[in-house]
Amino acid sequence: MSKTFLLAFGILLTILSSVTGLVLIPNWQFQSLKPVVKADGRRYPEAYFGDQDKGRGVYIAQGCIYCHTQQVRMKGYGADIRRGWGTRRSVPRDYLEDRPHQLGTMRTGPDLASIGARQPSESWHALHLYNPQLTSPGSVMPRYNYFFDEVKRGQMPPAEAIRLPGNGHGDVTHILPNERGRQLIAYLKRLNQSFPLPEANQ
Amino acid sequence: MVTESSSAAAASLGALSTPEIEARVQVDRSSKQVIVLYWGAALFWLTFASIAGIITSIKLHNPGFLGGIEWLTFGRMRAVHWDTAIYGFGGVAASGTLLWLQARLCQVRMPYTKLLIAGGLVFNVGILLGVIGIFMGQSTGVETLEFPLWAMPFLVVPYVFIVIANFTMYFQKKTTHTYVSQWYLMAVTVWFPVLVLSAEACTNLGAVDGVAQAIANWWYGHNVVGLFATPTGIAAAYYLIPKVIGKPIHSYHLSLLGFWANAIFYNWAGTHHLTGGPLPAWTITLGVVGSMMMFIPVITIGINHHMTMVGSFHLLKTSPTLRFAVMGSMMYTFASFQGSLESLRSHQEITHFTHYTIGHVHLGMYGFFAPLMFAMIYYAMPRLMNREWSSARLIRIHFWCTLIGTAIYGGAMCYAGIRQGMMMNDPSVPFLNIVQFTVPYLQLRTLGGVILLAGTVAFLINFVRIVTPHKFTWASPTMLDTDRDWKDILKAEKGAEAAQ
Ligand code: HEC
Ligand code: HEM
Repeated sequence: MSKTFLLAFGILLTILSSVTGLVLIPNWQFQSLKPVVKADGRRYPEAYFGDQDKGRGVYIAQGCIYCHTQQVRMKGYGADIRRGWGTRRSVPRDYLEDRPHQLGTMRTGPDLASIGARQPSESWHALHLYNPQLTSPGSVMPRYNYFFDEVKRGQMPPAEAIRLPGNGHGDVTHILPNERGRQLIAYLKRLNQSFPLPEANQ
Repeated sequence: MVTESSSAAAASLGALSTPEIEARVQVDRSSKQVIVLYWGAALFWLTFASIAGIITSIKLHNPGFLGGIEWLTFGRMRAVHWDTAIYGFGGVAASGTLLWLQARLCQVRMPYTKLLIAGGLVFNVGILLGVIGIFMGQSTGVETLEFPLWAMPFLVVPYVFIVIANFTMYFQKKTTHTYVSQWYLMAVTVWFPVLVLSAEACTNLGAVDGVAQAIANWWYGHNVVGLFATPTGIAAAYYLIPKVIGKPIHSYHLSLLGFWANAIFYNWAGTHHLTGGPLPAWTITLGVVGSMMMFIPVITIGINHHMTMVGSFHLLKTSPTLRFAVMGSMMYTFASFQGSLESLRSHQEITHFTHYTIGHVHLGMYGFFAPLMFAMIYYAMPRLMNREWSSARLIRIHFWCTLIGTAIYGGAMCYAGIRQGMMMNDPSVPFLNIVQFTVPYLQLRTLGGVILLAGTVAFLINFVRIVTPHKFTWASPTMLDTDRDWKDILKAEKGAEAAQ
């Protein structure tokens, strides 16, 4: 009997020690991390709000994480920076507002940590999300056409509608992001780790 | 050739004395309904997860396939695939194995069977609800813990029943010593609840913040495989290999060393999923050290399993259980070596974000864990049902599909992943060229998946036949080198009807 308790206790100890060592201690180490105040008085990282925040929810609900990371590796380790995915490596402070984190582990598509800096054009994102083949022929990214209202041939496109390249796409000549489409694009535009944090150069 | 069913169990028990046989039959009888429910459900989820996996796989080389439909989008199919594979197939098959093995090894009747049946049903409903939640877009967004929080009680509460039943059997055990497999089973029942509850608390309930959440996430993601699926698989191998060949395990001392080394080092390995990420370097270093130290338990467990087999390899020709068990234990050694090497920073620089990881996962889950669950089912079902497997041909199909499918899947993904990673680290290669390079290998993976599914279907047919009541069965266990088939049973049944 006492042997059994020893066994169970030993087993429990192995897991409690690893959760303490790997999760609780780093968490405690991060407690002192605070956002920095930039020259213009705004904080980095800023809290998500409004459309950006809702767009983050859309990103999660669509499972973009299974093809895209949001973490740039340091110079000399892989080619993340040379590919233009960021100007510096990512550090813990970049993620203070990310609940849950969307670091990701697969790069079926490019890293998106700084996609807002790399690709600021809303109409590019709209076309790409509507059908990735329009901007990136041969891509394996799914189409997210349900984030867009379509304007059919012969209909009068609203002023802010985005024209599809060439002769349109089947029946459709223009698209217009719907509410979730706008939110997702707002979120993508906000993803930007270019602010130089001192600890990223160490 | 074909006999009426009552003698089958006795025939397969061989040289034991009558009271001993009677005691085992009692133990098996007490657990029959529970175990058939758990394993049947596990096979359902395996089929479901495989179909979801194939759809996911096709979407990666043909993004237009079922495209533009929100609930079937890649990101949701992929989450559904992983959650049904791990919790539906892995969790339910492992729980059945745990309960059956513990009852057998303790030589006690299974307690609380009604509770366990109710728990099994609730657990499966929980997975179904979780899947619906993901399809509806309610994933938590935490990889490996995607099920919406409201589905979690359905999964946690039944597990408490399993833990209680397991400890009850252990404390009532009629044997004087504890077999190696039982250490692993005890460990699983302690680890799994602690794992799930701490991981949910740290991620979805927000007990820790920022990148510490990412560590909690992968501490869990790694451990749910290493502290749940793996120990159950090892326990099954430790039980089945000596049992089928009729020799004791190679070395008791090695198994003790293997157990504790596994328990201590595996726990720390999870952060290798975050190599190069925005974390303090020491957390990753710990993960790499933990992964490298895993060579110790892997080698000791490997010696124990493989050395026990020495001199008995000819039995692989005939015994279905042994064939799957040996495939599983060999792939355990292989996938673990691969995993330890994979954790090195220089290796991760290339393969970390690529299909290589996916190749490794499936070599482990479909090469090691799944075959050991299959071996367990092949061994136990005839004893539970008092009936033999209806068709040797279907078992052979199942085996070869599992082996060939896993090899194609693992080979294609690991090779493509290395090339993909090397191209990604060369900024002069345009990204879309890399995407295009992987497409033929992704197609090959779909082929591998279809072969695996074909094997699963063969197994499912055999499983359905062994649980449906029929009058006739074989007088001896169904061996792989025979031509036994279902139609012989049907013929015998027809003959009997005609005679009446
Ligand atoms: C099946 C995998 C997959 C999924 C899921 C996926 N993507 Fe992509 N994504 C890709 C691939 C491949 C590329 C590169 C080719 C291209 O531009 O389409 C890409 C490119 C991108 C780019 C352009 C990156 C650049 O550097 O130009 C953005 C932005 C993007 N994806 C956003 C998203 C969002 C938002 C989601 C979720 C709604 C998503 N992706 C889901 C595979 C995927
Ligand atoms: C027919 C069989 C199967 C097929 C076709 C298949 C296919 C896939 C695909 C396409 C992915 C996603 C890869 C990506 O995102 O690029 C995946 C991931 C995964 N699969 Fe499977 N799969 C199969 C069986 C299984 C089984 C039986 C298990 C476990 C018991 C399993 C466990 C996993 C896991 C854990 C992941 C996630 C890996 C990670 O995130 O690192 N799969 N599978």
